[in-house]
Amino acid sequence: MKYTEEHEWLRVEGDLVVVGITEHAAEQLGDVVFVELPELETQVAKGDEICVIESVKAASDILAPLDGEIVETNEALIDNPALVNEDPTGDAWFFKMKIADMAELDSYMDEDAYKDFIG
Amino acid sequence: MTDLQRTCLHDLHVELGARMVPFAGYEMPVQYPMGVMGEHQHTRAQAGLFDVSHMGQVILRAPAEALEALVPMDIAGLAEGRQRYAFFTDDSGGILDDLMVANRGDHLFLVVNAACKDADIAHLRAHLDGVEPITDRALLALQGPMAEKALARLVPGVTEMRFMDVRSLDWDGTGLWISRSGYTGEDGFEISLPEPRAEAFARALLAMDEVAPIGLGARDSLRLEAGLCLYGHDIDTTTSPVEAGLTWAIQKRRRAEGGFPGADRIQRELSDGPDRLRVGLRPEGRAPMREGTKLFAAEDSAEPVGAITSGGFGPSLQAPIAMGYLPVDLTKPETVVWAELRGKRLPARVVSLPFRPSTYRK
Repeated sequence: MKYTEEHEWLRVEGDLVVVGITEHAAEQLGDVVFVELPELETQVAKGDEICVIESVKAASDILAPLDGEIVETNEALIDNPALVNEDPTGDAWFFKMKIADMAELDSYMDEDAYKDFIG
Repeated sequence: MTDLQRTCLHDLHVELGARMVPFAGYEMPVQYPMGVMGEHQHTRAQAGLFDVSHMGQVILRAPAEALEALVPMDIAGLAEGRQRYAFFTDDSGGILDDLMVANRGDHLFLVVNAACKDADIAHLRAHLDGVEPITDRALLALQGPMAEKALARLVPGVTEMRFMDVRSLDWDGTGLWISRSGYTGEDGFEISLPEPRAEAFARALLAMDEVAPIGLGARDSLRLEAGLCLYGHDIDTTTSPVEAGLTWAIQKRRRAEGGFPGADRIQRELSDGPDRLRVGLRPEGRAPMREGTKLFAAEDSAEPVGAITSGGFGPSLQAPIAMGYLPVDLTKPETVVWAELRGKRLPARVVSLPFRPSTYRK
């Protein structure tokens, strides 16, 4: 598992990268009430705001962690946004993307580095 | 958060696991480990305890008529032991702050918003004598269907009170100034008490099964469902009380007589109607529409006709809700307007306020 400074986790699954938000992020957001997912088969660039997550109080975005194509999204989050609080690193993945170069993942934090990052 | 003030319950909030955030110059609990959703539901089902000590408490030893020069309320007709919702208006008919005014016999007792309290006190002092800001009393709110039962264990006399009554009652040798009111749409109480006794009083309430501590997050979602205005958002100097739908708070004598700042405009709007009105909005779909979201008459119209002033998710409705201003011809319930969200136009339905019926003990 790799982690971004925007509190996303990235997990390699075959030739895809699965993306979600960390437990720390879910806890900071509080009760999630709305999720908007990216469109399938869209090309995204690293840093693009591609998902919206809203809690009772506030809205935040998920940024595309890498350049690539969105190939699958987790529709379960649309009907049950609370899944993000219940199982942020498991069932509440947001999308899967196909990226050109898996080596790009190396630039992100591993678990120990992320733990240090969030203190 | 070094420049921020703390209420006398700060250490208790931290002990209870609150997440503290800056609010109106104070470090305040936005939520406790229960979370905003849970705290909201708890208040609706049982009783929630709020620290609102950041708000301004002011004693006014001036004739009721003198205060009437600053607010369009009937203060002279406010009976002893009763409280009334009020607002300071400015010369252009806008709202400087909203507040509660209680008649406590030999003085009036005012509770004003934290963010406005310095300006309010200066405004009062500029026009009136006998303005005494209180700096040594905490203010707590206990809200919800079990608030009376919980508070009566400590202060039996509260069962005699009805909505908007105010009383001085004793708790264990401490003088409490209690009003039966609040900011959640629930039955409940606001309790002013000396700071040195506030923590013990709060702990005595929190020790009861029905009572949980509630942060500012749920305070906001509760008041939004109740259709109550938040100063600086739903009302400010650019909104008149008539536009804000607060004409119910302006008593008949004052409507007729005037004699308050901005009376020209306010009386004109009372007779001719305002150009725009505050409305409730139910977004279709699940996406919350937040403050600042622009509203359009049609999906493809170029210019916005209004904006959302408060918006979010209503935990009791399990749906997004919002308030905002619209031209009067678009304010009929069931009118559909369009909100621009992240570049997309999404429909929202005008509904009457409150979103959830209030349960005051009238």
